[in-house]
Amino acid sequence: MHIAELKRKSIESRKKILKYIYNAKAGHTGGSLSIIDILNVLYNNVMNVSPENFKSKTRDVFVQSKGHCVEALYVVLADKGFFPEEDLLSLCKYNSPYIGHPTKSIPGIEQNTGGLGHGLPICAGAALAAKRDCSGVKVFTVLGDGEMAEGSNWEAMMFASHYKLDNLCAILDYNKLQITAPNADVMGLEPIDKKLEAFGWAVTHVDGHNLEELSQTLNNLPLVSGKPTFIIAHTTKGKGISYMENVLKWHHGVPSKEQYDLAIEELDKQLQELETVLK
Amino acid sequence: MEEIKRTDAANLEVFSEVLQSLAATDRDITVVTSDSRGSGKLVPFGQKYPEQIVEVGIAEQNLVGVATGLASMGKKAFAVSPACFLTARALEQIKNDVAYSDNAVKLIGISAGVSYGALGTTHHSLHDYAVLRAINNIAIVAPADNFETAEAIKQAAKMQSPIYLRFGKKVMPANLNPNRTDFKIGKGRIIQEGSDLTFIATGEAVLPCVEAAKLLGKEYNISCKIISLHTIKPLDTELLLAAAENKKPIITVEEHSINGGLGEAVASLLFQNECTNKFKIVGLPDDHTVSGSQTEIFNHYGISADGLKNTALNLLNL
Repeated sequence: MHIAELKRKSIESRKKILKYIYNAKAGHTGGSLSIIDILNVLYNNVMNVSPENFKSKTRDVFVQSKGHCVEALYVVLADKGFFPEEDLLSLCKYNSPYIGHPTKSIPGIEQNTGGLGHGLPICAGAALAAKRDCSGVKVFTVLGDGEMAEGSNWEAMMFASHYKLDNLCAILDYNKLQITAPNADVMGLEPIDKKLEAFGWAVTHVDGHNLEELSQTLNNLPLVSGKPTFIIAHTTKGKGISYMENVLKWHHGVPSKEQYDLAIEELDKQLQELETVLK
Repeated sequence: MEEIKRTDAANLEVFSEVLQSLAATDRDITVVTSDSRGSGKLVPFGQKYPEQIVEVGIAEQNLVGVATGLASMGKKAFAVSPACFLTARALEQIKNDVAYSDNAVKLIGISAGVSYGALGTTHHSLHDYAVLRAINNIAIVAPADNFETAEAIKQAAKMQSPIYLRFGKKVMPANLNPNRTDFKIGKGRIIQEGSDLTFIATGEAVLPCVEAAKLLGKEYNISCKIISLHTIKPLDTELLLAAAENKKPIITVEEHSINGGLGEAVASLLFQNECTNKFKIVGLPDDHTVSGSQTEIFNHYGISADGLKNTALNLLNL
């Protein structure tokens, strides 16, 4: 997909995330706005996956390790045609399949996630299976920065480099805030790139909201042949809404009517600006 | 598949042989180990099928996560690790990745119960039935002899849903009831019929029931029915309720804590169906486990011919 179109989609996706969270009166607002650009690039410009090939053994695989930001994934999957977008009006409602974490009962979702530190081990196993089957399948996961403290991630990192899983790509949504406080105060990650490299991964930094850079990097994998790839995507929690950006309470804050209207107003303005630039 | 005919063997040896036999014609059979291929008797499997074994090192969470990923791509993944670590260290992965996500991983808990004897509580698994019974969408199976072991593995390989198989270390009898060569996961197996008392046991606790029944028959002319309830979940309610119909005493026997295991599962079923049989749960008490070999620990807690004989006599007021 052309970058201009992707930019438009990115803003529209943010409007949808807010719409359904506002309607549900629940959701992980800040993190969903943080990962939406990564997901849009993966699903529109990188991965070979669609409703038509989802059952095929040659589809690319995505497992969202930071399951709590499911609203971003729902919006992207609906946009890809996996299910009607209006289904999301039932988000987090009684007896709805659209719960607050990914589940396989929703078309397009590979694995149930929600507990942290689960996505990477599963993706490592899937990547090894793909290697042994010579299927050419690529496997992707998005992890939160807070969940990097989970030991299971580091077990999987040892495993993935040991087995030279260069068809595996992990993307760190590095917005540097977790539920309690900045990562640096809760459990510091730095120097995260050196740690990942020491575990045998090829590592690069990208701007997690630069659609061009994300597309360019994700379409040129592996970074190093024979090594799994870790992309440290520098992001902003609450990205796109001025009063939400880098503000802790929007981890799972739900906007009031006034706040929601203000957010949509800001995003509509961004859309107008984009159209002006494109003209 | 070539038929495996053998006499007594540890069920891990049977496990390894059956898996090799299955792998000969099915390249999706995949064994995942956590530095446990030696204790799992899987060295020959690894030598014969190097592309169908995955070593994860001593990392049980990753073991189950990786097995999940393999299963999600169509592999018949057998995740093998000592039961004590598998069902405690990796419990969240079992709950979320395997059971909740409905991935057909076959979890193999080896050297289960008090198989490790004097190595102590870190290496004992007396909690696994209890924790897994409370998790939706996973079968729990503990075979009592080589026949049940081989059949359970063959059926597990075909299953499209999660299963936990629990194996001990010691040599098991070839077949406790050669007349009954039918085996189905979810259906208990009658080892012998009897009319005065019923033993309901699982895994390595079945053999002591057979020995106790012999003593009770010989010394007291008491006729015991024995059920190998190899599947603890889903429970064979039909067989159990039928067994209670004669209103005779029932003794459950398991190599597990008396809390939350086979005994409580059976008791819950019978009580809710208004059965009034005298009932006794034999297992490991809620206490520090005595030190010693598996046999010594069994003897200490009455999971033995003499111990079970005495439990039976007490229930029968003899």
